[in-house]
Amino acid sequence: MEYKLTYEKYKEALIGGKFLGLKCNKCGAYTVPPKKVCLECTSEDMDIVEISGKGEIRTFTVIRVPPEGFEGPYIVGMVELDEGPWVMGNIVDLDPDKAGMDLIGKKVTTGHKVVKGDKFSAGDGVALAFRLQD
Amino acid sequence: MREVAVVGVGMTNFGISEKTQIEMFSEAAMEAITESNIEPRDIQALFLGNVLGDFEEGQMNMAPMCAADIGIPNIPATRFEGACASATVALRDAYMWVASGFYDMVLAGGTEKAMVMGTPMATRTFAMGSDSRYESFAGITFPGAFGMAAHLYSKKYGIPLEKLKEQMAIVSVKNHKNGVLNPKAQFRKEITVEKVLSGIVIADPLQLLDCCPFSDGAAALVFASADKAKDLTKKPIYIAGTGQGSAGPLYTQKDFTVVKSREVSSKRAYKQAGIGPKDIDVCELHDCFTIAEILAIEAMGFFEYGKGSQASEDGETALDGKIPINPSGGLKAKGHPIGATGAAQAYEIVKQLREECGERQVKGAKIGMTDTLGGDLATVCNIIFRR
Ligand SMILES: [Zn+2]
Repeated sequence: MEYKLTYEKYKEALIGGKFLGLKCNKCGAYTVPPKKVCLECTSEDMDIVEISGKGEIRTFTVIRVPPEGFEGPYIVGMVELDEGPWVMGNIVDLDPDKAGMDLIGKKVTTGHKVVKGDKFSAGDGVALAFRLQD
Repeated sequence: MREVAVVGVGMTNFGISEKTQIEMFSEAAMEAITESNIEPRDIQALFLGNVLGDFEEGQMNMAPMCAADIGIPNIPATRFEGACASATVALRDAYMWVASGFYDMVLAGGTEKAMVMGTPMATRTFAMGSDSRYESFAGITFPGAFGMAAHLYSKKYGIPLEKLKEQMAIVSVKNHKNGVLNPKAQFRKEITVEKVLSGIVIADPLQLLDCCPFSDGAAALVFASADKAKDLTKKPIYIAGTGQGSAGPLYTQKDFTVVKSREVSSKRAYKQAGIGPKDIDVCELHDCFTIAEILAIEAMGFFEYGKGSQASEDGETALDGKIPINPSGGLKAKGHPIGATGAAQAYEIVKQLREECGERQVKGAKIGMTDTLGGDLATVCNIIFRR
């Protein structure tokens, strides 16, 4: 069976303002980011669905020594989506020096940012961008 | 399967080297071959750990060149890549092929030359262990992944971050103390908790001395069938069990304070050896970051989940503790030439079990274990050795 939700398709949708994932028709679990099969039950029978982007911060770090091509400091975090999966992205619109343990458990919404690629990245990419909910 | 033993080991000094990766490997390999009382032509295959040779020296397919450098250009020579676990993955395969009877004598090890890349490029290439599509564009780094692990750990077990950071610092202090006793270590000076806590922040909450360095170095071992081993050395060190486990991208692992790849790997190794964590006398494990050592001593079963940081504070992992961890100084003080690290851990355990470690000797050690981790907890490989 053809790869249902490729990175290219996922990226284009995200740039267009739609956060896509996969929902399993067999067990109901969500797989985000997409994989070939459902991460809960390995079924290929999944539909492409729009993800709410709502979730809670589970952990974070502030990158102060960045890789070549990035400028620090910036916040990387992991969010548990309301749909279940954990995703990685940047926590934005927040001063990195104000990032502390109280971030964990805070509710966020998810957008995106386009990130310029380097000679190893096969072109430009997108990162999820999390914003604290008021 | 038949019994397999390590009959010889070799290792370069770790730190910064003027030599090429091939030259470093050849030095370690010939030390191991000479110690084994064999000639290079007795080696039937080479299994080589190397991670970033392509970026460091523009060198792909390094294994045949390493074989040629020691005069055996026509044997099968293969590179293994499992990020920082590469060498242990190579060692484990070497063991399995000798155990299966396919080969009688195999050379395995690893080499790496990371210093030449400089920090920004090294940080970029080390981060290639993350999911390049769904993680890397967020600018995640290897220290960043473990910084997130430390915050998760603090929250999950209700240990205030300041307290956890002190306990993590104690891990670094302990490994530096051991490193002083290791002539091959990159850093041979004691440090203090205060010094760790005053270092620059690399990725919150990890400070400079929570992190292992970039390093150059190589290490190698000769594996032989047990019947051959008896004729070659008075001190064969046998392989009692091995395991390897995987876990996908970090986001798929969810609560990664529990390292699932390591649970799978260490359980397999204990099962094959017919022993449990309590039977291990000495252990070299993957302290790429201070929090990484705490996660490792838990998933390997030495301490309960959530108790590793307190056990480290209580000195239970010191040279004279309940389970001596990283007598070599670990990745933190001995250094971490990523493609060679697993072989250097095995080098230390073999030397410990032969009682050749001088001041850092764990007295009477009969069973030792290595633990090597690659990527964002994506690969873990364990080997249990016995006298
Ligand atoms: Zn399913």
